[in-house]
Amino acid sequence: MNATSPELTREMEEAAAVAHRMRVAREKRARNMRLMKHVFLIVMSLIMLYPLLWLVSASFKPENEIFSTLNLWPSEFRLSNYIEGWEGLPISFTTFFTNSLIVTVLSVIGNLLSCSFAAYAFARLQFNGRNFFFALMMMTLMIPYHVVLIPQYVLFLNLGWIDTYLPLIVPKFLASDAFFIFLMVQFFRQLPRELDEAAMIDGYSVYKIYWIIILPLSLPAMATAAIFSFIWVWEDFLPPLIYLNDIKSYTVPLALRLFLASDGTSAYGQMFAMSVLSLVPVVLFFVLFQKLIVRGIATSGMK
Amino acid sequence: MAGLTLRNVGKTYGAVEVITGLNLDVVDGEFLVLVGPSGCGKSTLLRMIAGLEEVTEGTIAIGDRIVNDLAPSKRQLSMVFQSYALYPHMSVKKNLAFGLQNQKMSKAEIEEKVLNAARILQIEQLLHRKPRQLSGGQKQRVAIGRSIVREPHLFLFDEPLSNLDAELRVQMRVELASLYKRLKTTMIYVTHDQVEAMTLASRIVVLRNGVIEQVGRPQDLYKRPANLFVAGFIGSPKINMLPAVLDQSGGTARLTLGDFGDVELKALATADRAITVCVRPEAMKVGMGEIRTTGTIQLVEYLGSEMLVHFTTASGQALLLHGGGETELDYEPGQEVNIGFNRADMHFFDASESRVEIAG
Repeated sequence: MNATSPELTREMEEAAAVAHRMRVAREKRARNMRLMKHVFLIVMSLIMLYPLLWLVSASFKPENEIFSTLNLWPSEFRLSNYIEGWEGLPISFTTFFTNSLIVTVLSVIGNLLSCSFAAYAFARLQFNGRNFFFALMMMTLMIPYHVVLIPQYVLFLNLGWIDTYLPLIVPKFLASDAFFIFLMVQFFRQLPRELDEAAMIDGYSVYKIYWIIILPLSLPAMATAAIFSFIWVWEDFLPPLIYLNDIKSYTVPLALRLFLASDGTSAYGQMFAMSVLSLVPVVLFFVLFQKLIVRGIATSGMK
Repeated sequence: MAGLTLRNVGKTYGAVEVITGLNLDVVDGEFLVLVGPSGCGKSTLLRMIAGLEEVTEGTIAIGDRIVNDLAPSKRQLSMVFQSYALYPHMSVKKNLAFGLQNQKMSKAEIEEKVLNAARILQIEQLLHRKPRQLSGGQKQRVAIGRSIVREPHLFLFDEPLSNLDAELRVQMRVELASLYKRLKTTMIYVTHDQVEAMTLASRIVVLRNGVIEQVGRPQDLYKRPANLFVAGFIGSPKINMLPAVLDQSGGTARLTLGDFGDVELKALATADRAITVCVRPEAMKVGMGEIRTTGTIQLVEYLGSEMLVHFTTASGQALLLHGGGETELDYEPGQEVNIGFNRADMHFFDASESRVEIAG
């Protein structure tokens, strides 16, 4: 390279400098772009979160400050809404939470057992009219709850189940939730049929195959169904409103409404405080079962 | 131990006939291989024997008991699946014990049988692993282990080696053969790989479109294929097929064999004029043979111990020669060579593709 003229060297250096400037500019643009994206996402999530943040902040505010200021930060943090709210109704919230937990936990168990059982039949067993019944079941997804509300009420009235938890829980044990059945059918269909067949040759009955092979392998689907089922039942308002009359048997959503008195002396602060508390089990349940979804997928190492 | 008898067995899915009027006797202690191209009904037949698929026609008997309506578990057989079908949520040990747990058997007895099977298959060190922590070959061993712990009277294998890589497949093939020698239990093995069929089988059943094309020992199928399909399917590299015209008008047989010219033969037991002559690639020789022509080398595949040479004749007929790797001639593509074979190496098939023998 001894033939390299000083001119050529200078040109090469210039080219290198230009390339460097361009690279720096490109990196800067990329950084700005990333920053913009983050700002956009943060702003959007704040907008989404605002109602929740407002609820939490309102639960700490004094009663007169809740609707008078837009400020999210309370002038003083008061726990009195929580303390007074818990015992603020004729019946303590301990009872309401217990009631809600009984209804919800039993409903989740009922949904998981009965829906997976029905789904197993649809996904794996041969029986006459299988497609017809599957279509029928899917059609129930499209019927609004309000259509069946009155006939269902009359049915439970005749059974003498009004003012008990039975109308809320028993249907869950009868695979009444087509959405979960559909979810599980889809999942079961993905499991290799050879697993069933191998167990069949080993002499296991269809019930045992369901229990020993299919269920343990369906943890992700079960966890998903459990989470949805828990959230929906926990926050359910209309069915408890219709079937429960005695305040002692109220669930949390019904109890929250009691803070809104028709005579105008509503205890909003306490209601918001109890609303915040009512979110806690849902969040806990989600965190717990969401791990199962991840673990379930990790353990299903099938080819 | 048990033999197996199939009588007029048929299978239809709606209007589609998968297997028709199939008759087969499997002798007790035999290693029978069902082989055929994909879609020939071999897996369906195996599943029918296992009881996983309904028999729509005819009877299947294990020993002297007709099992058509018997549940799979009552047939005293076990099956190894192509995908192994190991239970992903159970350890290897549990997988092995699973088939014993619902029989009335003590824990100690189960443990002993599981350990024994693990010893035979050399998977003792894997007993506490989950299937996903195993390699393909190890999964295969566990799947076989699961079937031998139950000490069945009949083993069924559904393409058990097709998910393994080439090297492992050869190794597992040898192990399966030695397992068979050790257990001496009737085995029915489905594969599309004719090499597996040739190496493992005491007898081979060649299936096509749900019909048995030929049943026989590997050497019978190779030396005397019953029809053109078997001739083409059994044997690797594939047999050479030459269209020929047969003239038996003058009391003798005169065969017009394309570029190889006319050949005088003893009379053939057919009235057809258009026939097919097959010659195994290893029967093709360079510069030798009673029947010869000139061919142009297209491709030489040198494999060390053996060698494949692809030719085309003047009329464009493709020919394959399979020789030992020690062949000293240095073949080059484009080279013109005199190639030939002997009369005794020819197989004849008539217009309906059935084997034709030399009369007398």
